[in-house]
Amino acid sequence: MSGAKIRFENVEKRFALRDGEHVALGGVSFDVRAGEFFVIVGPSGCGKTTLLRIAAGLDQPTSGRVTIAHGDGDRPENAMVFQGESIFPWMTVRDNASYGLRMRGASASHIDSVVGHYLDRTGLRRFADAYPQQLSGGMKQRVSIARAFACDPEVLLMDEPFSALDEQNRTLLQQELLRIWDETHKTVVFITHSVDEAVTLGDRIMVMGADQGRPKAFVDVPFARPRSVLDLRATPEYGPLFHDIWAQLKDEIRFPSAEPAA
Amino acid sequence: MSVEASTPVVAADRRARSRARFGEASRDRVLSIASPVALFMLWELAARAHWIDVRFFPAPSSIAGTFGTLIANGTLLANTLTTLERLAIGIVVGGVPALLIGLAMGLYRPIYAIVDPLISATYPIPKSAILPLILLVFGLGEASKIAMVAIGMFYPVVINTAAGVRQIDRIYFDVGHNFGARGWAVFRTIAFPGALPVIMTGVKLGAGLGLILIAIAEMVGAQSGLGFMIWNAWQILQVNTMYVGLITIAVIGFILTVLLNELERLLIPARTRR
Repeated sequence: MSGAKIRFENVEKRFALRDGEHVALGGVSFDVRAGEFFVIVGPSGCGKTTLLRIAAGLDQPTSGRVTIAHGDGDRPENAMVFQGESIFPWMTVRDNASYGLRMRGASASHIDSVVGHYLDRTGLRRFADAYPQQLSGGMKQRVSIARAFACDPEVLLMDEPFSALDEQNRTLLQQELLRIWDETHKTVVFITHSVDEAVTLGDRIMVMGADQGRPKAFVDVPFARPRSVLDLRATPEYGPLFHDIWAQLKDEIRFPSAEPAA
Repeated sequence: MSVEASTPVVAADRRARSRARFGEASRDRVLSIASPVALFMLWELAARAHWIDVRFFPAPSSIAGTFGTLIANGTLLANTLTTLERLAIGIVVGGVPALLIGLAMGLYRPIYAIVDPLISATYPIPKSAILPLILLVFGLGEASKIAMVAIGMFYPVVINTAAGVRQIDRIYFDVGHNFGARGWAVFRTIAFPGALPVIMTGVKLGAGLGLILIAIAEMVGAQSGLGFMIWNAWQILQVNTMYVGLITIAVIGFILTVLLNELERLLIPARTRR
């Protein structure tokens, strides 16, 4: 096994409220290995997005730190695929996909070849000169994925990228993401609230508790790669794994008192 | 099977509907052209029949004659060019700083906190009311005319630019930060294009206001320009010349609107291309 690519050390995030303080993350520590597809699954409001934003440098932790190991070369430390609509409506698909490279001052020929490659891989070539308003939700997330992969970061951070999509689109995009990822085996931290998505995509899953965002369990996913999203669900190992993770999560989700906790 | 069978019917129906819509559109266009033509004809008729006082409302045909004379002797062109030059310089002098200040206000809260009260306090002053002050400060030369246009341009642009930047969804700034955009790149790739639709509304308002103000400024303390031409015509009671000036200013306003709409279409392809 290779060493830690991302190290979370005692990451703490507190928000001041009118009546005291909210602890979003109460000292979280774990490592993500190099080349690992690491999935964090947890209930809403468990602090998983905060954790990812801190890793991305978009938020500062109250204390503790996140370090990302740098390889050689001048690649960006991370690139994020955001939840919801995050591609610029005023840029074409091509300009959106090349955004990271352009901001880093890459040469035009490099941008052309790399962005061209990812537009092909995501099936967006035909729409290269279209504007986001002409695209469906699934297509927009493909642009967002192409944008993140194109700038070739040390780690990819994905914040529930498929949560706004319908089930068929979600399944399609999961498969496409796996296919693209298989080419690069980049270190990924992927956040989701879907156990199914976690099992489908991840090498290792961290189940987060609702209380102060503490890691509750780490689960290894045994499925070989390359994976087929559909075939995976038909394997005998899928059911028990799905069940185990749900069992971990179940205690963390507060059911309305009127309903049975099943 | 039934779906396939129904497809041509649906298509035919859609064609019929679009034809109906096209028919309505061309009918509306004819009506829009017909109404001013009808008004001119009525005016001409009323003037010739002396139902209206031709000293104040000369017949359109006689105004057209004056138009010809003023074009032939070069007066109209000279005054129009003078006004256009002042307008153009004033729009740039007022618009560019307004754009930069507005962007800075939208991006940086402290700057907004400092500048916004100054703008809010001075904005309600009627721009025409400060003309004497402007004449005092800038004198009777070109500078005071340009300053008036610039002031008219400044307020709508600065207010709309700041508001336009502030309404950009936070996520786009997060994306910019995450992908390495800093400083000027944030202005250029996010704040400006994101606010552009709102900025363009401000530019149109400001240019319109600039045209109003240049006409007023030229009436007081100017020896050239369309405003001067109109004012002078009143003083020497050349009513026809006055109408020529009014119509010319109206045409400039119309062309300005068309040009700015075209500019908007070029600058914001995302909103217009479907």
